[in-house]
Amino acid sequence: MPSVIIKSAGMLTTVQDKGRYGYQRYGMPIAGAMDVFSLRLANALVGNDADDACLETTFTGPEIQFTADGAIALTGADMGPSINGVPVSINKVLKVVSGDTLSFSGLKNGFRTYMAFAGGVNVPEVMGSRSTYLRANLGGFAGRALEAGDELPLGEMREGIREAAIPEGLVPRYQSDQTIRIISGPEVSRFTMDGIHSFLTSEYRITDKSDRMGYRLSGKAVTHTEAGPDIISSGISRGTVQVPGNGQPIILMADRQTSGGYTRIACVISADLTLVAQMKPGDIIRFREITIDKAQELYTERDRLLRKLL
Amino acid sequence: MEKDKQALHYIPSGDSAFIIKAGEGISEEVNTTVRKLLVSLENWKIEGITDYIPSYNELMVCYDPAVTGYRHLLDILRACGNDIGTVELPDAFTVDVPVLYGGEHGPDVQDVADHNYLLPEDVAKIHSSVTYLVYMLGFTPGFCYLGGMDKRLATPRRQAPRLKIPAGSVGIAGNQSGIYPIESPGGWHLIGKTPLQLFNPDWQPEFLFSAGDRIRFFPVTEVEFSTISEEVKKGIYNLKRIKTA
Repeated sequence: MPSVIIKSAGMLTTVQDKGRYGYQRYGMPIAGAMDVFSLRLANALVGNDADDACLETTFTGPEIQFTADGAIALTGADMGPSINGVPVSINKVLKVVSGDTLSFSGLKNGFRTYMAFAGGVNVPEVMGSRSTYLRANLGGFAGRALEAGDELPLGEMREGIREAAIPEGLVPRYQSDQTIRIISGPEVSRFTMDGIHSFLTSEYRITDKSDRMGYRLSGKAVTHTEAGPDIISSGISRGTVQVPGNGQPIILMADRQTSGGYTRIACVISADLTLVAQMKPGDIIRFREITIDKAQELYTERDRLLRKLL
Repeated sequence: MEKDKQALHYIPSGDSAFIIKAGEGISEEVNTTVRKLLVSLENWKIEGITDYIPSYNELMVCYDPAVTGYRHLLDILRACGNDIGTVELPDAFTVDVPVLYGGEHGPDVQDVADHNYLLPEDVAKIHSSVTYLVYMLGFTPGFCYLGGMDKRLATPRRQAPRLKIPAGSVGIAGNQSGIYPIESPGGWHLIGKTPLQLFNPDWQPEFLFSAGDRIRFFPVTEVEFSTISEEVKKGIYNLKRIKTA
C-alpha cells in the first residue's frame, strides 16, 4: 500500500474529510475540513471522490516524503510549497515520484492548506468518516494530529494522472480584512437595536482563543435585551454566530459542539465559510446581512462550477 | 390536532439548516413532539437533508443548499409536521446507572448541600431517588441532559468552569443533571462518578443512551465502583436496561 512519511508535522496537521454526519443527535460533532470548499477542490483535481480524506494543515506546513509515485494537489492557503526544494504552485495537479520531499517555506495568504493525494488518505473510517475529532481522540490517524515519524497510509490511485488546474476566479482571494455575509439568526430579537447596529457596522478582530471549534471575536459589545444571553440548549449549525453575556460574538466552526445555550444572532452563509476558515487570529471581520435566497443562489452557483471541474 | 399544527414554528438557521420549534420551555410533552418529528422526517427520507439535531424543544434539520432550496424544503417540513399525530416512537429503555457519590469523584457535594440547606449524605439519597428522562444529547459525544431532578438539589452552574472534568462525572446545573462521557471542560457541580462507559465508537450502537431513555441512579461503594469499572473494561458488566413500559 502506498504511504507518505511525515518528516515534520507543522503546527496542526490532521486527516479530514467532509465530516462525520448522522451522529449529531448523540452529541457527536461533525468535525471534517474547516474549509470544505478547498477540500473538494483538492479532491477534484487529483480525481478523488468528494468523500475522500485529505490532510488539513494549519499556519505552518509539514515536511512529507513520498514512498511511491503518484499525484497530489494543494488548495486553500499558499504556504510556499516546494518539491525537492523547487517551488511549485497550488491549485493544480503535481506529479511526485518515490523519494520526493514536499516542504513549505512559509504562509503567504490564507491559514489552512488542503493536501489531496490521488487515492486519498487510507485511514480506517470511524462512524462513517475519516475525519479527526481531536477532543475525543477519534478518527483520522490514531485520533490525533500528525507527528514527525508517522507513516500515513494512502489509497491506490483510481485513475491515471491528468493535467488539471483550477480556473482563475473560482478560488476567492484571502484577505486579512474581510466582509463576511450573514443571515439573521433565530434569536436576533433577543438583541437591542444598538447591539444589532454594532454587530453590523463595526469591526471584529479574531482573537487567539480561536480554534477548529470556533472563532472568538473581539470588538464592540453586542448587547442583549433584558431577556439576557441564555437560551435552552439548542442545535448549532455550521457558521452560527452566538453571543454570550460579554457581548463578544463567537463563530462556530467544524469541531463545534452540537448544541449550545447562547443566543444565536446570525449565521455565516455557506459560500463565505471558506473565507472564514482561511482567516487567522488578528484578522478583521465585518458582517453584512443578505437574504437566504441570495445566499443559496451564491452557494449553488459555486457548487455548479465546482462540479464542472470533476 | 389543529392545536398541534399551530404549535410548530419553522425558523431558518442560516442557509443550510431549519429549526422546528415545538414549544417554549422544558417539558416532556414538548420534547416528545421533538422526538416524533425526528421519526416522521426520517421516515419521509427527504432529499438533501444531511443531519438532525434534536434538543429540548427544537429539532434542527441540516441540509445541503445545493440539493434543496429552503422554500421547497419548508413546504415538505410543514407537511411532515402536520403528520406527526400518528407517529410511533421507537422503544425507549430505562437504564440503572451506578454512581459513587462524594469524595474525590464528587467534589461539589458539599456546595450543593450548602446551597440547598441539606446534609451532604442527603444529596446522594435525593439524587438517586427519582427516574430521569434523557431529554437530549449534546455538548460532547454522549453527554446526556437529564430532566426530572428533585428541585431540592437545584444549584446554579459554578462561577468558574473547570478545565478538566473526568469521564463519568455526574453533575448538576440548575434543575438538570448530566453525565460527562469524555474528559472535557465544564461548569456543572460534580456530585459523583459512574464507572459506566457512555460511548465507544466500536460498539453497535455507539452510545449507551438515546433521547427518550430514562435513567435511575443507584449509589455504590468504592469497592463496588472498582469491581464495576473492571467488569466494564472487560465488557462483562451486566447492565440493567429494560424496555420502558
